[in-house]
Amino acid sequence: MKRFFGFVRKEFQHIFRDKRTLLILFGLPVVMIVLFGFVVSTEIRDVKVGVWDRSMDQASIRATQKIFSSGYFLPAGYIDHEEEIGELFRGGKARVVVVFEEGFEGKLLRENRAAIKLITDASDANTAQLSLTYLQGVLMSYFQSMNQDVQLPWSVQIKSRMFYNEEMKGAYMFVPGLMALILMLISALMTSVTITREKEFGTMELLLASPLKPREIILGKVTPYVLLSFTNAMTIVLLGFLVFHVPVRGSLWLLMLECMLYISLALSLGVLISIKAKSQQMAMFMSMLGLMLPTILLSGFIFPIDNMPEILQWVSTIMPARWFIVIVKNIMLKGTGMAFIWKETLILMGMTLFFILAAVKQFKIRLN
Amino acid sequence: MQVVATLLVKEFKQIFRNRMMLPIIFVVPVVQMILLTYAASLEMKGINMAVVDQDNSQASRQLLSRFEGSPFFEISLAATDYPEALDELTSDQADVILHMQHGFEKRLFSDKETELQLVINAINATEAGLIKAYCTQIIGDFNSYVRAQWFGMEGSGRLSTLEVIPRYWYNPLLDFKIYMFSGILVIIVTLIGMLLTALNLVREKEMGTTEQINVTPIRKYQFILAKLVPFMIIALFELAFGLLIGRLLFGLPIVGNLGLLFLFTCVYLLAVLGIGLFLSTVSNTQQQLMFIAFFFMLTFILMSGVFTPAESMPPWAQKINLINPVAYFMKVIRMILLKGSEFSDIRREFFSLGIYALVVLSLAITNYRKTT
Amino acid sequence: MAGREHIIEVKDLVKKFGSFTANDRLSFHVERGEIFGFLGANGAGKTTAMRILCGLSYPTSGEIRVAGFDVYREREQIKKRIGYMSQKFSLYEDLTVSENIHLYAGIYGLGRKQILAREAQLLERLGLEGIRKRLIAGIPLGWKQKLAFSVAIFHQPAIVFLDEPTGGVDPITRRQFWEMIHDAAGEGITVFVTTHYMDEAEYCDRVSIMVDGRIDALDTPGALKQQYKSENMNEVFLKLARA
Repeated sequence: MKRFFGFVRKEFQHIFRDKRTLLILFGLPVVMIVLFGFVVSTEIRDVKVGVWDRSMDQASIRATQKIFSSGYFLPAGYIDHEEEIGELFRGGKARVVVVFEEGFEGKLLRENRAAIKLITDASDANTAQLSLTYLQGVLMSYFQSMNQDVQLPWSVQIKSRMFYNEEMKGAYMFVPGLMALILMLISALMTSVTITREKEFGTMELLLASPLKPREIILGKVTPYVLLSFTNAMTIVLLGFLVFHVPVRGSLWLLMLECMLYISLALSLGVLISIKAKSQQMAMFMSMLGLMLPTILLSGFIFPIDNMPEILQWVSTIMPARWFIVIVKNIMLKGTGMAFIWKETLILMGMTLFFILAAVKQFKIRLN
Repeated sequence: MQVVATLLVKEFKQIFRNRMMLPIIFVVPVVQMILLTYAASLEMKGINMAVVDQDNSQASRQLLSRFEGSPFFEISLAATDYPEALDELTSDQADVILHMQHGFEKRLFSDKETELQLVINAINATEAGLIKAYCTQIIGDFNSYVRAQWFGMEGSGRLSTLEVIPRYWYNPLLDFKIYMFSGILVIIVTLIGMLLTALNLVREKEMGTTEQINVTPIRKYQFILAKLVPFMIIALFELAFGLLIGRLLFGLPIVGNLGLLFLFTCVYLLAVLGIGLFLSTVSNTQQQLMFIAFFFMLTFILMSGVFTPAESMPPWAQKINLINPVAYFMKVIRMILLKGSEFSDIRREFFSLGIYALVVLSLAITNYRKTT
Repeated sequence: MAGREHIIEVKDLVKKFGSFTANDRLSFHVERGEIFGFLGANGAGKTTAMRILCGLSYPTSGEIRVAGFDVYREREQIKKRIGYMSQKFSLYEDLTVSENIHLYAGIYGLGRKQILAREAQLLERLGLEGIRKRLIAGIPLGWKQKLAFSVAIFHQPAIVFLDEPTGGVDPITRRQFWEMIHDAAGEGITVFVTTHYMDEAEYCDRVSIMVDGRIDALDTPGALKQQYKSENMNEVFLKLARA
């Protein structure tokens, strides 16, 4: 026991002496929360809109005013020719051009229908769709108000409730995802690199020749990262709560337990990678590209899984992060307990077991 | 120059003898590009709706049929009561609950006004907003229909309708894949270029072979140059390779001048690889470097507008983006590929990156110590 | 030996790492063409001092001139005229014998014809023509060592610095290595070698013995043995260390 603790202490010393890595380890969650909270949003803001007003009458001018007073759009100037649209787009000076047809107001009054064309630079499909939706909203409500003095009887009113997230905070989406990502990063990546490092420098053989048993070595290497990961996870939850008021509606203990489960999973994965990887470089690349990118993209962190093609939805089922995110969302945001997440928890347990067994088997093979 | 040539020979030989290189350069990017482009989509497709119709009247059924007929919605459950529907929502089988209570139709006729409840799972706030917008639209249509068909209120005087016609330039089908693919292409070229370069240098440091170099009369800039060029070439190759795949698999349009794109990419790579080199001069181990580089790159990439528009970021973030080379590249690659922008359109970005590259490379060269 | 030019001149060299003094006012000179042994126990400061002479490290203070150039201001000039072989043997494992030779020769500015000619000579002398195209990783330690030395003097430098070059090989290989050193000195190359094998001191023209960052003895092996009434250099060292 004593030599085991001595070994663990050595590992801690390693880590704490590496000030740079440490800085990043603890700085990462903070930066990520800031980024996702304030920067990476699916809202739009200050979209530059050009106007081609072929009527220049009261209605079109007022509509234009409405657009720019909505707060989402910035004027990019008026144009008179179609060619100018391309110029605006190619130079990145505008994302949308609003076109009012000739005799706009007249058509509205006489024929009760008029048309506005919204030409968007759809090279950025995302902004295009959002801009369009918002523009439509602004224009629609403007025309609603025009029709205000007409009684509209027999209508269905909508009472809506935004469940779980009344204030519609974007943070609710990403805090669970960030936890999954960062835990995976620290646990899997760091573990795999640190073990491979010993192999590369030959000190692994030294360790194996010592009285330390192999399982003690692995456990010892892994322990500091358990603590680091856990601290990080709780930091994210705390920051999410303090800065964005993301609540923990369910049981905090359950949350912590599930975190530990996930951490164990990521660690065993890291160990497995380190056994198979021949060099640090390889371990890193396997972790990074094989784990990181797919986790970000396929786990439901940013992009909804339901939208993906069938094959990818299947692939997503083997991403541990996907299940963990569901668990965290359930506990934190919905306040549910085991009843709703037993399935996901079992899956995570199963995966962990699988990775541990695989790692043990690989290790034995290596030794022989 | 002979020295640089000699060093380059060594670098290339070492790169190609590294058995990991081939899969890294070919397999991994391809897989990532394909997989991820298909995965990365922010569109809204099938919204699952749980319906609680406690009225069961002509009106309620008519309204429901509109939702059924809409391509956006899928009725996942017709529940008998609200709690049942709520369960469906909690277990993520449904995204939204539509609840019409008993007396829905009766009130519509007697009070001329009736109401229904929409309960939307708002964990994904943006999605929730869109769901509400779609629902509102369908219900609004229903309202007009009710007024016109049942109460003959069509064209009653000053009721005007506005027709909004959308047009999507450069991407008529509003294909998200093209947008995503270009973003992922940028990520791959950047990561592979930068990581390989930086790791290479730190590896030598770790192994101790840089000492042997430091004791020779090699000048610092020669050394750095020799570390830079091979990976720049590999990264450019990745770009070409990626473009080919994009064209073949996704019909990626190549509207603009490819030569211009590659020229710009060269400048970009100088900047980004320069960052990698600089980082490796301040790292002592591969592990450290990996972490630092990963941290910076992740931040830069997220802020560059790969998934979400850069112009929509808060002002302070946009200021940071001024020193984010990835943001420049992301913008320009989409401009050239999809819109056919020309040199005059990207002049500012070109020169800004050029200066950036110069600064960063000088820093890397100065910071590399032959003597400690 | 009198009257030979001083190719290395060191006066009051001091190197401190924080409050720890690794080299404490070293003063000595090395004459052209001699084999100068820099002896001492591990951690005595030998490698530190040598790295300063090679331009790999800054001295804290002192006057140092190598091959006629000042170590503070004219480092790059020094580097053109020296060769170096470190403890780790310094050849690239994933390049072949020939590729390593071409690499270093190219760095020192030798022309292609020159390189090919000298390469052929070298391989013949070592008896290694057969493995010209083999990766360094696949060569036994003893050959690597000899090869590394040959590469270090390939460009015929004025001085070659060897840092513990004979670690880990058998006595016969060590002896052969020292024969190579002797041949090099015969051709006019000054050899500055650090080692903790005291018996190798016998092969040197002059040796200095470092203890705790200071030079406690500097003379020919013969003179030292007489001075300390010892049979061999090992004894000399033990007597010095105990003092």
